[in-house]
Amino acid sequence: MRAFTDALIITKRQLLQLARVPEVLIFSTIQPVMFVLLFRYVFGGSIATGQPGGYVQLLMPGIFVQTTAFTLAATASGLAEDMTKGLIDRFRSLPISRSALVFGRTLGDGLLNVVVLAVMGLAGYIVGWRPSSGIFKIGLAFIFLLAFGYALSWVGIFAGLAARDARVVQNVSFLITFPLTFLSNAFAPTTGMPRALQYVAEWNPVSTMVAACRELFGLKNQFGATAGSFPSEHPLTMSLIYMVIIVSIFVPLSVRKYTTAAKK
Amino acid sequence: MAEHLVKTYRKGEVRALDDLSLDVAEGTVLSVLGPNGAGKTTVVRILTTLLAPDSGSASVGGIDVVKHPDKVREIIGLSGQYAAVDETLTGWDNLVMFGRLYHLGKKAAVVRADELLERFSLTDSARRPIKTYSGGMRRRLDLAASLIVQPKVLFLDEPTTGLDPRGRQEMWGVIEELVKGGVTLLLTTQYLDEADQLADEIAVIDHGKVIARGTSDALKRQVGGERLEVVVDQDHITATMEIVAKVSGQQASLDAGLRQISAPVTTGAGALIEVLRNLDSAGIHPLDVALKRPSLDDVFMALTGHVAEEEVAAPAGKRGKK
Repeated sequence: MRAFTDALIITKRQLLQLARVPEVLIFSTIQPVMFVLLFRYVFGGSIATGQPGGYVQLLMPGIFVQTTAFTLAATASGLAEDMTKGLIDRFRSLPISRSALVFGRTLGDGLLNVVVLAVMGLAGYIVGWRPSSGIFKIGLAFIFLLAFGYALSWVGIFAGLAARDARVVQNVSFLITFPLTFLSNAFAPTTGMPRALQYVAEWNPVSTMVAACRELFGLKNQFGATAGSFPSEHPLTMSLIYMVIIVSIFVPLSVRKYTTAAKK
Repeated sequence: MAEHLVKTYRKGEVRALDDLSLDVAEGTVLSVLGPNGAGKTTVVRILTTLLAPDSGSASVGGIDVVKHPDKVREIIGLSGQYAAVDETLTGWDNLVMFGRLYHLGKKAAVVRADELLERFSLTDSARRPIKTYSGGMRRRLDLAASLIVQPKVLFLDEPTTGLDPRGRQEMWGVIEELVKGGVTLLLTTQYLDEADQLADEIAVIDHGKVIARGTSDALKRQVGGERLEVVVDQDHITATMEIVAKVSGQQASLDAGLRQISAPVTTGAGALIEVLRNLDSAGIHPLDVALKRPSLDDVFMALTGHVAEEEVAAPAGKRGKK
């Protein structure tokens, strides 16, 4: 119980930071909105979908997933900064639960995702995104997205604690998330890729997430798979499996890393 | 407090602590003095439960730091080089947050934050983000954060490293106040004058070992007696050197740049008078005369065989100034 309230205090700290430096929130929402506009109007015209409502219907789930995947970088660099500034040491010298800081942090980043997804959804609606599956399934898709972001922010915690320098973390997490989000069905059909990459793209958790969201938003996943593999046939199940795997590896790993973490 | 601590890094290549033992009597101030890399911070990190020793044992307030780290954390405060505050938040935000994390109620945390801000003369800047604070203000707030629940034992790791002279003076004032209040304090520093000013006892460490221990006076006595220093103008240097050497009974040394002549003396003020009398009758008017007790710099030099590398070492890897 105490661990929980401690975690909430840490989460509150993050919200306070956003209140004190609102630019952070503004720019972390502007970026995905920019992606929505760029992809919608730059690629949207030239990618034939045969989808009623056009490319934007397929694009939005892709961008939602991409944005939540970037949570990894946000969490990692935030934590690495706390490390270099010595804040982690202070927290560790306090009589609080070992896991409070890391849980609080992931919770805070999760809340930030709620805001970002809401703004993006609105932007998508303005440029013609019309999910057709009804409120229940749409809500479920967003919960799914938040869960995915939350799972990835645990990877971010570990990366942030393991890194030597906040700037390195930023670059490295970008190097991981960028190919991960593009080597997928998020923005273009995987069928155009070289054969070997198609398999990678199909098994990529980003692809299964995007496919799952497309299903939940009431679309056929046209950018999907070629080979009829398990992940492309059962994207929802596969995404859940991925999340469970990520969380069950990185939660204990991160908590352990935190208790032994030393300022480098 | 600490017994036979050993801590090695990089698989034994670097021996940060090499069978180091320390203790601080309740209600007193021990300064751990040493150059960069001597192992000061490692000692603090072990005693504040941030790091586990490879071998040896340590306790704070009678509580074993390895076996009961949670209990230790309840009675200590840590501030300085390696503890910090959230720069984007205001001073008030920080203190309230840390108060809450120390499990004060909402109201109590607010009351305590206001009290501490008042006490450290930070009330006027309480609602400004820490980013806008000067180095000295930052350190004071950092210190305040470690005092939220009256700690039994306070650890200050290089509390003035990177501060300008005014910031240091302010910080010293605050620490002296605390000491009067009766806290047990372990302070690390690479500044010899700081140890001299603030500590009851000094432990000099180098290469992970305690190489000397005692009061500032005792350490100085260990190095030797006083020195007489005379500054004269260029024309009188040779004559003055002879006079000083005669009174001292030992060879006088010359710092040519400062035109300063010095020699060890044993008779204190008597020697001073004698030199002045001789200079006067030789028609020499000294520009400056002083009788100096050995500084801790001399102590350090004598004990370690190398100078305290504060000037060289201070910027390397230090947080300090941005």
